[in-house]
Amino acid sequence: MTPSATLATARRVLWQIRRDPRTIALLLVVPAALLTLLYFAFDGQQQVFQGIGAPLCGLFPFIIMFLITSIAMLRERTTGTLERLMTLPIGKADILFGYGIAFGLLAALQAIVVCGVGFFALGLDAAHGAWLVALLAIGNAVLGMALGLLASAFAQTEFQAVQFMPAFILPQLLLCGLFVPRDDMASLLDTVSYLMPLTYAYDALARVTSPAPLGSDFTIDVLAVIGITIAALALGAVTLRRRTP
Amino acid sequence: MSETVDIAEQPAAITVSGIDVRRGESNVLHSVSLVAPVGTVTGLLGPSGCGKSTLMRAIVGVQDHVEGRIEVLGKPAGSASLRSLVGYVTQAPSVYADLSVSENLRYFAKIARAGRDRIAEVIDTVGLHGFEDRVTGSLSGGQRSRVSLASALLGSPEVLVLDEPTVGLDPVIRAELWRTFHALADSGTTLLVSSHVMDEAGECDRLLLMREGRMLRDTTPAALREESGEEDLQKAFLAVIESEGS
Repeated sequence: MTPSATLATARRVLWQIRRDPRTIALLLVVPAALLTLLYFAFDGQQQVFQGIGAPLCGLFPFIIMFLITSIAMLRERTTGTLERLMTLPIGKADILFGYGIAFGLLAALQAIVVCGVGFFALGLDAAHGAWLVALLAIGNAVLGMALGLLASAFAQTEFQAVQFMPAFILPQLLLCGLFVPRDDMASLLDTVSYLMPLTYAYDALARVTSPAPLGSDFTIDVLAVIGITIAALALGAVTLRRRTP
Repeated sequence: MSETVDIAEQPAAITVSGIDVRRGESNVLHSVSLVAPVGTVTGLLGPSGCGKSTLMRAIVGVQDHVEGRIEVLGKPAGSASLRSLVGYVTQAPSVYADLSVSENLRYFAKIARAGRDRIAEVIDTVGLHGFEDRVTGSLSGGQRSRVSLASALLGSPEVLVLDEPTVGLDPVIRAELWRTFHALADSGTTLLVSSHVMDEAGECDRLLLMREGRMLRDTTPAALREESGEEDLQKAFLAVIESEGS
């Protein structure tokens, strides 16, 4: 791994995105627009909006970076650019961290916009600070990126990659506790939710946005997210193979 | 087209010794051998689907399930130290369609640790002047494959493995590229160039004829003509196939 190759890769990924202003607009506008939609949907039920909207600010980047990375990496695999890179003096870590830096930066922008709209314009409240929500959002985005990278190895076409969103992300979103408290779920589902990365991401956000003290559970959540990210990146590195059949 | 190159005096840049390659259940290469001497253009000729790309992938070390020995510049194919010495251009242009020509080249130059001055040089070599700021995806297929070739030239590799680099190109550009290949060979680069059109065979110093996963001949254009008694290399190739009794 060399810093120059890592940074060159990050810059290259950002150049690619820059060529696509529509994607940038969607990245920045859609989460804030959806949040606004939710605000009006729960008109007069600020309590409910607070319960769903505040953690959601930190989950959007996870979902979107998962999608973008799985498709971007699938393109690298199918257009032969990954094969070319594998014949060049670049480490797998340069590619992984290059993507991580580029999408981490994009996620930071996205988090700033959505948190700005949510916590300042729409009256959401983060008891432990909106900046902490934004910070978790960036961490969750990197988690989404790492999982997307891994998922891209199991898709042959972009159609398949897009399906991973309802197949892998939606169940996590449904079971993470955002819509129904996990304590109220059937015990089997509660157990299953412990195996899902998004559960820890959501739990950390829920603690940051509610007034109760953060406590050690928050630390466990954050460590879980970091640990799963590292594990997914390591597995992702295994799927970046120099030799392919 | 130097028939004067004496193979016996040239050390081998690429040596493939009886390799088999398995893909799925079946073997796609059967006991394939070849020698590409330093500073020559070796043509790998054969119909599409005969295993040319698989052989090239094996030589650059991205092909899995290779059995047998392949040495490139004295090291086993795929060695980490070869990554800055071997340039590889895939059949489909492997460049970023959503980047401009110069953005693609700047990225690959950084990876290949080539200086900025090399970018202008390779643009010159492949004749893409004036296209630097064009988005690669908006270029024609032939132009895109030249961006891909330019990217591989950046690091001034000692061995260049080019998979059908002239497919679909204007005859004038094709002739220019062949001149470039020979200029590179004269400066000591070893080129392995595949093609499925026999009219390019005459351009090569050495010829490898492949069919159905087997190497039929490792020869020269002159020797092939002599062996078959045919002046036309296409007919000569046919004669070789018939003599093999397949």
